[in-house]
Amino acid sequence: MDVTAGWYLALGAVLFVIGASGMLLRRNALVMFMSIELMLNAVNLTFVAIGRHTGDLNGQVAVFFVMVVAAAEVVVGLAIMIAVFRRRSSASVDDLAVLNG
Amino acid sequence: MAELVIFVLFGVIAIAGALTMVLHPNPVYGALGLMATMLSIAVFYVVNSGHFIAAVQVVVYAGAVMTLFLFVIMMIGVDRAESLEERLPLQRQLAIGLGVVFLILIGLIGGNAWITAPEAAAAPNGTVENIADLLFTDWLLPFEVTTLLLIIASVGAVALAQFDARRRGGEE
Repeated sequence: MDVTAGWYLALGAVLFVIGASGMLLRRNALVMFMSIELMLNAVNLTFVAIGRHTGDLNGQVAVFFVMVVAAAEVVVGLAIMIAVFRRRSSASVDDLAVLNG
Repeated sequence: MAELVIFVLFGVIAIAGALTMVLHPNPVYGALGLMATMLSIAVFYVVNSGHFIAAVQVVVYAGAVMTLFLFVIMMIGVDRAESLEERLPLQRQLAIGLGVVFLILIGLIGGNAWITAPEAAAAPNGTVENIADLLFTDWLLPFEVTTLLLIIASVGAVALAQFDARRRGGEE
């Protein structure tokens, strides 16, 4: 049985849904952040699979750029998280209700 | 046949790691699960002839990003186990329901039209040379913009730390 690009797309879809569910289910800011990374990885997998199917290398270049953006995002996001943690000593997003009207 | 074995083996590892990340109360276990997922995705990149991308995935994602995550998890404190109880009514049921609906929708749409393009005769060869050919010709401007992005990100991280320290000094 041949593993076609569709198999990888299905796997990417499953991983993306797990990441999106994690985003909704968890209240720990770090775990929510890791869910975002999981979703980015799932989309990267689809890029590479489609790129192989169509014989196009641009998909892999797009993955490269997604990785750069994700790395920058992680740096700033974790810095914000540490700054918040210093003031509130909690990583739960439920405790962040300062702007609650 | 070999590709099928690799797909099933690492697909199971990837999904198990992702589920660990979402379901385990301890974030350290979650981070390690996500690391397993990223390493298996790197294996899929190799299978799909993305050699350079696979190396970057291991070095940047599984190496740098997850190490940073673990560092922050350790810093914020792993000793307090997070309570998994949900304070919003219906949030959990709705989230699971929406996830299932989303997956079914993707399956329905994808089952009808996964890929319309015909399969190319030759898979692209994602070596450093070929990627660099594209990156420094067609994608040169986006590539230069990412340098700006990285500088802004690093300056932002330093500024966040400085801002916090200065205000803290002012209060005391």
